[in-house]
Amino acid sequence: MADSIGEMNSRRRFLVLATSVAGGVAAVAVATPFMLYMMPSERAKAAGAPVEVDISKLEPGMLLMVEWRGKVVWVLRRTLEMLENLKKLNDQLADPTSEKNQQPLYAKNETRSIKPEILVVEGVCTHLGCSPVFRKDIAPADLGPDWLGGFFCPCHGSKFDLAGRVYKNVPAPTNLVVPSHVYLSENRLLIGSESKESV
Amino acid sequence: MSKQENSFIGWIDERFPMTATWRAHLSEYYAPKNFNFWYYFGSLAMLVLVNQLITGIFLTMSYKPDASLAFSSVEYIMRDVNFGWLIRYMHSTGASMFFVVVYLHMFRGMMYGSYRKPRELLWLIGMAIFFVLMSLAFTGYILPWGQMSYWGAQVIVSMFGAIPFIGETLSNWILGDFMLSDAALNRFFAYHVVTLPLLIIVLVFVHIIALHEVGSNNPDGIEIKSNKDPKTGIPVDGIPFHPYYSVKDIVGVVGFLIVFCGIIFFVPEMGGYFLEHNNFIPANTLQTPDHIAPVWYFTPYYSMLRAVTVNFLGVDAKLWGVILMAGSVLIFSFLPWLDRSPVKSIRYKGPIFKFALTLFVISFFVLGWLGTKAPTPLYTLLAQIFTVIYFAFFILMPWYSKIDKTKPEPKRVTK
Repeated sequence: MADSIGEMNSRRRFLVLATSVAGGVAAVAVATPFMLYMMPSERAKAAGAPVEVDISKLEPGMLLMVEWRGKVVWVLRRTLEMLENLKKLNDQLADPTSEKNQQPLYAKNETRSIKPEILVVEGVCTHLGCSPVFRKDIAPADLGPDWLGGFFCPCHGSKFDLAGRVYKNVPAPTNLVVPSHVYLSENRLLIGSESKESV
Repeated sequence: MSKQENSFIGWIDERFPMTATWRAHLSEYYAPKNFNFWYYFGSLAMLVLVNQLITGIFLTMSYKPDASLAFSSVEYIMRDVNFGWLIRYMHSTGASMFFVVVYLHMFRGMMYGSYRKPRELLWLIGMAIFFVLMSLAFTGYILPWGQMSYWGAQVIVSMFGAIPFIGETLSNWILGDFMLSDAALNRFFAYHVVTLPLLIIVLVFVHIIALHEVGSNNPDGIEIKSNKDPKTGIPVDGIPFHPYYSVKDIVGVVGFLIVFCGIIFFVPEMGGYFLEHNNFIPANTLQTPDHIAPVWYFTPYYSMLRAVTVNFLGVDAKLWGVILMAGSVLIFSFLPWLDRSPVKSIRYKGPIFKFALTLFVISFFVLGWLGTKAPTPLYTLLAQIFTVIYFAFFILMPWYSKIDKTKPEPKRVTK
């Protein structure tokens, strides 16, 4: 008698367990389509074609804003003075030699660009996604006497130099992202692609 | 009262416990007789919730959750819909006033030790309501699709991107796109008008059930249930909620409505604190406004988010900021277990607690003020100092609340 009750109990425990597991599997299975429903749709995935930019009218010291995949991409033609200033900043920067993977290999250099004077970076702060402000003025009152021009994020005070390299001791952890890009000709720039044929 | 078997009410009571519920929660729910000014804010929070639900339903009749139409549909409500301006200002002012009354309600709990045993779960349910309220405020603020809507959402969603490994997938999942776009606006609308309101209604209901199970605390922080009239079993220091407190709350409601209407009719934007100036500019995905700040009720946490500027313990500053921000809200949940004082109410607590609570309130206000300002090195330093004070209030509480010199609690509630 006692044995059969014990047997019944273990049988019952097994059945409760098996039912719970089966129910749990079913719950996960049912939740899956709902969770995946919220991922980017096929239409969202299809958007994001490369953008072609004509930079022939871009004067030295001027910044061009281009929209690519809903983000702003900056194209800046740096002056010689700006390029000289880049070298003075190394000890104030968190990653002066672009060790962190925030750029294609062809932009992993002192100026973080293909052509030294032309900077192409995403204008999206690596902290929390605000768009920093282009501040080319030297030593303004609000940014201090050491400021040699760069990008200042109004949201949380992160600072970047004119190569998009992040300063030390600011909230942003990494340099600005250099998107993949390629020159189709001297003044035709293609952002979002590395091959000249894909236009 | 005898059973009203032949009446209409009797007919219902045999099928649904209407009279029993009325008695258990109103006419025979005994609340301490010494409630003061600070006990208005629970019922006022419910009043504001009702205001938000009703005005919200009407706003959905004219609002369009579409990135290309949202901004102009809000302007349409403001200019062309009959009394649209009133309904929208009731809703936007209600959002800010919701936080005003909830903060005062929470502060009341902190003063009188309302989170202490046996009300720990009541406090946790309250914290859950607070999280849902913050989510409601956040999703609601996105809907007009102005500059602050857009960039505020950008910052908050980017915070999830700071989580190691899963961050990017998670933010794509939240946004339904690779950037903040129409897909996100559309789903935040769904959360704001369906998911979160349902959740908050359920949680408020559960909060009240839990309150009525353990009974209200009071400014003396003593249990009225431990001193019951032996004949009736009613706490000698308790009075029925209805009519005593239902009538008292009407006074609070009238006072509140005077302030509420004053804001709606005279300063609905509250100088940019309730409705920010930049949000009257349509969202521009290419340009962040020169100065962005969240609405006032989020600024203390926002200050802490940006206070961390150095990497330490192998975690970068960005993730620390997110951890601190989340922690600054979550840490309220631990109060029931951090407070080791032998007494509950500030009336009988010692000078250390009074000092600590004062310092905490000051740091909350200073952080809130700093959150509205653009970051400068001085402001960042101040934010760091006050972030430490904010957290010290909680983290050091197990020690200072224990050694603090307390006064003996009275046997009966006082005036």
